[in-house]
Amino acid sequence: MKTILFIIQKEFKQIFRNKGMLPIIFVLPLLQLVILSNAATFEVKNIKFSYIDNDNTSFSRALIDKFEASTYFKVLDKFESQKTAKQAMLKGDVDVVLEIPNHFEKDLITNKKTNLLVAINAIDGAAAGVENVYINQIVQQFNKNVIVDLKKSMVITPSTNTELLKTIDSIPLFWYNKTLNYKTFMVPGILVLLVTMISLFLSGMNIVREKEIGTLEQINVTPIKKYQFIVGKLFPFWVIGFGLLTIGLILGKLIFNVPMVGSIALIYFYTAIYLLVLLGMGFFISNFTDTQQQAMFIAWFFVVIFILMSGLFTPIESMPEWAQFLTEFNPIRYFVEVMRMVMLKGASFTDILPQFVKTTVYALVMNSLAVWSYRKTS
Amino acid sequence: MNNQNVIEAQKLTKKFGDFTAVNAISFKVKKGEIFGFLGANGAGKTTAMKMLIGISKPTSGEAKVVDYDVYTQPELIKNNIGYMSQKFALYDDLTVRENITFFGGIYGLKRSEIKQKAEALINELGLHEVAADLVGSLPLGWKQKIAFSVALLHEPKIIFLDEPTGGVDPITRRQFWEMIYKTAHEGTTVFVTTHYMDEAEYCDRVSIMVNGKIKALDSPTELKKQFQVASMNDVFLKLARG
Repeated sequence: MKTILFIIQKEFKQIFRNKGMLPIIFVLPLLQLVILSNAATFEVKNIKFSYIDNDNTSFSRALIDKFEASTYFKVLDKFESQKTAKQAMLKGDVDVVLEIPNHFEKDLITNKKTNLLVAINAIDGAAAGVENVYINQIVQQFNKNVIVDLKKSMVITPSTNTELLKTIDSIPLFWYNKTLNYKTFMVPGILVLLVTMISLFLSGMNIVREKEIGTLEQINVTPIKKYQFIVGKLFPFWVIGFGLLTIGLILGKLIFNVPMVGSIALIYFYTAIYLLVLLGMGFFISNFTDTQQQAMFIAWFFVVIFILMSGLFTPIESMPEWAQFLTEFNPIRYFVEVMRMVMLKGASFTDILPQFVKTTVYALVMNSLAVWSYRKTS
Repeated sequence: MNNQNVIEAQKLTKKFGDFTAVNAISFKVKKGEIFGFLGANGAGKTTAMKMLIGISKPTSGEAKVVDYDVYTQPELIKNNIGYMSQKFALYDDLTVRENITFFGGIYGLKRSEIKQKAEALINELGLHEVAADLVGSLPLGWKQKIAFSVALLHEPKIIFLDEPTGGVDPITRRQFWEMIYKTAHEGTTVFVTTHYMDEAEYCDRVSIMVNGKIKALDSPTELKKQFQVASMNDVFLKLARG
């Protein structure tokens, strides 16, 4: 125990003495939190919208006015023909083209029914889907009797003609995030990212660094026990992980006003175990690498996969089945789930028990591997 | 093991794949002597030393260091030896005093003990002015002397020095050897590798390694007689050229 304290003391001194490292540890992640939380959003805004008006009546103009009034659409000059519209879309000058047919007004009045043709640039399928919903909402507001014929251009998709709900009015009620504030959803997740990346990179590179400068050999000729060295080395980064989490939570509250419905203590308790997974992983990586560069590349490789498959940016439910299975081995996935569950839904310990158990097993495995692969004698 | 011997190696061998870095070397080191371990670059000196200090497992052969077996008791060996590598191994970003505290600590010394030893060490080396400076800011010669003293903090029975005077000026080398003499005089066995042949003259006995094998082992005087030359430098050249 005494020996471990000597190592911890030394590590903290080195960390806080390193003028290049401190900003990397604390300032950069927080900048990321502020920037990413504001920028990474699925809200689709500033949609370049244009139209072909074959009707030219007060009805058709009223419909276009509806689009102009919407904050999501930026209405450009109208097109005279389908041909010019098509060219503009090819060039990417326009995202959505609405074609109002001849006799639009007449049909609405006499037949109580008419069709509209909408072409959407669907290269970004997710954005196109969102745009489609917006358009339908506006058109329905205008007149419930208009049927929108959707034509997604650029990619051929099976017909997704939206059947009009003529008689049923639905009133959505959003739970847990009533205003559908995207940041409320993103901030806990991005906080996970920061804590993860910094702890993994720091622990992974720290031990390799001692290899590079030759001090690890000096340590290996001392009678120090493996566990003493590993605990002493990793403990400071465990503390730094908590520091980051704390600052991140405070900023999330101050800047983004992210709610904390559940128990903060539960978040810290879970994080304590989660950090062990990362630190063990970092140590494991550094046992198999000789330079900080190698360690960084390997850590980066895993972090990218973990992040993209964590459900942070894309829902796990929409991944192919094999990928969903792989996410079972992704520690970030569990942390993201726990953060969102506890912060936004007020989940209790029993609610997060599955994630907790899996993370604990993961931590045990990673740290056993770390201890096993660290050799004082080669 | 004979009480007089602190290191006994029998046909100690280390292979890396097809390459035999150390080829069945056998030798004994007596208690309290300065044992010079000579050889050209790449002759296998460092590899042999790493087996003796318990950080590299031999491929075959036997060795005992301070009565402990290198295969089965490397951690006990480590308790009883000090080591200073050719790659300078104090922490540049810690002060002199902090380095002493850290290494004293991981050898299990008490804080009060460390404090006392640190004072003694700083006095002896005349480091009062720089004791609170980062080691990285000191000249190499000073660093080597501090590293040597730090390796002796826990009062080891044997100290292993791997090319300790590489890259330092002649005056510092001289001072360094005075420290080595003093250490040996106090009863600590010194096992030192070097390729400075003038330093070989200071050793009680030297072994000369060529291509993984020990080609000669005796006192410098005997070796010079045996090869009928005037200096260790000539002994070395004769051996190394085959």
